[in-house]
Amino acid sequence: MNRFLAIVEREMRKFFRSPVLMIMSMMLPLVQLIILGNAFGGKVRGAKVAVVDYDRGPQALKIHEAFDSIAVNIATFTTIGYTDENQAREDVRTGKVDAAVIIPAQYSRRVYAQDAPRLGLVVDNSDQFLSSSITGEMQSLVDAINKPVIQPRIVKNIAIEIVELYPYVEYMKYLLSGSIALAMYISVMIGGGMLYIDDKARGVHEGYLVTPITKLELVMGLNIAGAIKAVLAGISLTVIGSLMAGLGVIFHPMALLQLFLLILGTSIAFNGMMFLMMVRVDDPLVPRAMFGVLNTLLFFPSGAIYPIAAFPKWLRAIAIVDPFTYAIHGFKAILLKDGGFAAIQTDLIFLFVFGIGTLLIATPLFKRTL
Amino acid sequence: MTAGSPLSPAINRDGMRAEAAIAVENIVKRYGDFEAVKGVSFSVADGEIFGLLGPNGAGKSTLIRMMTTLIPVTSGRAIVGGHDVSKHSDAVRRMIGVIPQALTSDQDLTVEENLSIYAKLYSVPRGQREKNIADVLEAVDLTKWRTAQTKTLSGGMRRRLEIARGLVHDPRIFFLDEPTTGLDPVSRIAVWEMLNNLKKTRNLTMLLTTHYMEEADRLCDRIAIVDHGTLVALGTPVELKQSVPGSNVVEVQFNREDPEWQSRLESLPNVTEVQSQSAGVYRVLTSNGSQTTTQLVEMAASLGEQLTSLSVQNTSLDDVFVHYTGRQLRDEQVKAVFSMPPRPGASQ
Repeated sequence: MNRFLAIVEREMRKFFRSPVLMIMSMMLPLVQLIILGNAFGGKVRGAKVAVVDYDRGPQALKIHEAFDSIAVNIATFTTIGYTDENQAREDVRTGKVDAAVIIPAQYSRRVYAQDAPRLGLVVDNSDQFLSSSITGEMQSLVDAINKPVIQPRIVKNIAIEIVELYPYVEYMKYLLSGSIALAMYISVMIGGGMLYIDDKARGVHEGYLVTPITKLELVMGLNIAGAIKAVLAGISLTVIGSLMAGLGVIFHPMALLQLFLLILGTSIAFNGMMFLMMVRVDDPLVPRAMFGVLNTLLFFPSGAIYPIAAFPKWLRAIAIVDPFTYAIHGFKAILLKDGGFAAIQTDLIFLFVFGIGTLLIATPLFKRTL
Repeated sequence: MTAGSPLSPAINRDGMRAEAAIAVENIVKRYGDFEAVKGVSFSVADGEIFGLLGPNGAGKSTLIRMMTTLIPVTSGRAIVGGHDVSKHSDAVRRMIGVIPQALTSDQDLTVEENLSIYAKLYSVPRGQREKNIADVLEAVDLTKWRTAQTKTLSGGMRRRLEIARGLVHDPRIFFLDEPTTGLDPVSRIAVWEMLNNLKKTRNLTMLLTTHYMEEADRLCDRIAIVDHGTLVALGTPVELKQSVPGSNVVEVQFNREDPEWQSRLESLPNVTEVQSQSAGVYRVLTSNGSQTTTQLVEMAASLGEQLTSLSVQNTSLDDVFVHYTGRQLRDEQVKAVFSMPPRPGASQ
C-alpha cells in the first residue's frame, strides 16, 4: 500500500512543483473554446447582396422594403443596387459581394397575374455556411410575402410546431464539453504518456525496479497519479469554461456530482488507453509524434465539434469505440441539459469499463525488468 | 592471473559459500545472437569491496543489472545475500541498495523528499524512516541540505544524494554502477572517502563497476577485470599488479621515431614487455627499473640519440588493464571500423 502511494506522492509533488503541465494542458482547450466558440457561435451578419432590379414595379418595391427591414433588424445582409446582372454574377464569383438577387422584368405583373413569379438568387456555394444562411433568410422573406393578407378560415397547409426543450445553446456552450475532454486528454498525454517515457529514458524507472515494489503497485501508482492530474485538469476547465460560457449548472450539487463522476470516468479511460499505448514504448519521441495524430483521430470524430449523425459510416465506427465520444456526450447531457444520471449512465459504464479493461490488458504487458 | 583459479572454491553445491555475500556462477546474458556476458563466475565475501573493471561495452553494467534483478539471466546463477536473483528476486531487492550510472533523483523534489519516497518504496516503517534519513544524510554529509531542492545541488552532492538514496533502507549489499563518472577530481575523492567510511561504519558489502583505475586501486579489496563479456583476471590490486610481467614501468620518449626502437628496448636485460605508444613514446615493463633506466640512457647515448622524456614508476592497474584487455589493439580495431568517409569531390 505504502509503495504505490509513494509513486503517487512522487508524481503529485512533481506536478504541483511544476505548474507548467497544468497550464499547458488547459491552454489549448481554453484558447479553442474562446476562439472557436466566438467564431462559430454567431449568426451571419453584414453580408453584401447585390440586387439587380429589371422590374422596378410595386412588387419589386415590396422586395426592396423587405431587404431594408432585414438590414436594420437582424442585419443578415445589406443590399447594393446593380444595373447589370452579368456584373453582379461576376462580383459574386470574385467575392466582392456574397450573393446577388435578380428581380426579373415583368415580375410585378406576374405576381398580380399569379403567373409563377420568380426571383433569381446567385450564391457562392463554395462557402456553404454563408450561402445557406443567405438562402434561408431569402426563403423566409419569400414565405412571408407569399402569405395571404387575410388568413383562410380553414388552413390547408401543414405546419410544424417546434418545441425547444432548452434555451438557445450558443456554440461556446456546445463546444465546452469537447474542451473539457481535450484538457483531460492533453493532461494524460503530457503528464502520463510523455513524462512516463521521459522518466524511463532518464533511468528513474530503473530506480523503482530495484526496489521491492510489485508490477501491480507500480502500474497502479503511475495510473492513479495520472488520473488525479487529469481529474484536476477536468475540474479546472469545467469551472472556468462554464463561467466563461455562462452555464449555471455547475452550481447544482447533483449536477456537480454527475460531472465529477464523468470527469473521473474520463480520466480513468484516457489513462488506461494511454498506458496501454505506452507500456512497451522506450523512445521519448514516440508520444510526441503520437500526440497530434491521436488528437485528430479521437477528438474530431467524437461529436465535439460536429454531430456524429453527419459522419460517414467508417467515421461513426471510430466514434463508437472512442472514449472521447462518451465523455463529450456525458458532459453535454449535464452541462447543456442537466439530464441527470439516466442521461449519462451508458457513458459512465463505457468509460469505466474501457479504462479498467485497457489497464487489465496493459498490466501483463508492463515489464518488471529493463 | 586468469579468471578460473580463484573462483570455484567460493561456490558450493548449494550455490553459495557461507561467507559469500554475492556468488555468481557461470552467468550468461544473451541478446539474440549477441552474447554480452559469457559465463562469468566469481564471489564476493561479506564486507568486501569488489570492483568490476573493464572498458566500455565489456559487460560490467549487464553483469550488475543481472545481479540487481533489472534484467533476467539467460543461464547460470547469481546468488545475492543468499537468494537466487532469478527465483527470489523480491528477497534480493530487499537486501540490496543500487546506485545507477545516471543521476536519477528528482530535481523538483527536496533531498529529504527524494529519500522519503525511496524509504516508502522499500516499506521502511514510519518511525524508522525519519531515523534512517537522518543517518544517511549524516553519512553523506548532506544534513544541512535536507530541505534543498535537488536541482540546486552540485554534481558531487547529487551523487552523494544517490548514494544516500541507495542506503535509506539499510541494505546489506550495495551495488554502485560507475559511482564517480562525471565528477571532478575533488568530488571523486570525496565520494571515495565516503564509501570507505560507509564500509567501516555499516559493514556493507559493495560491488562497484568503474573504468577509473585509481578508483579501483584505492577502494577495492578485490578486482575482477571483464572484457568482451568474460572475466579475464581476478585478485587483489597487489596480486593483479604482480601478475603483470615486470614490477616497474619505464616510460620513455625519443626525439626521433624509429621502428628499431621496439626491438632495441626488448633486447635490454630485465625487460619483460615493450608497449609502443604514440609519437615515439614507449612503455617498458621491467623487473628492475633503475638498471633498465641506466641501460636505456647509455644505449641512446651510444646511438647518438636524445631522450625527450623519461620516467620510472611502479606497475599500476593501468598496466594490468592494458595487459589483460589489450586496449591498444582494440583502438586499432575501432579505427578500422570507423574510418571517415572521403569528402564529396575529394581525390582518393
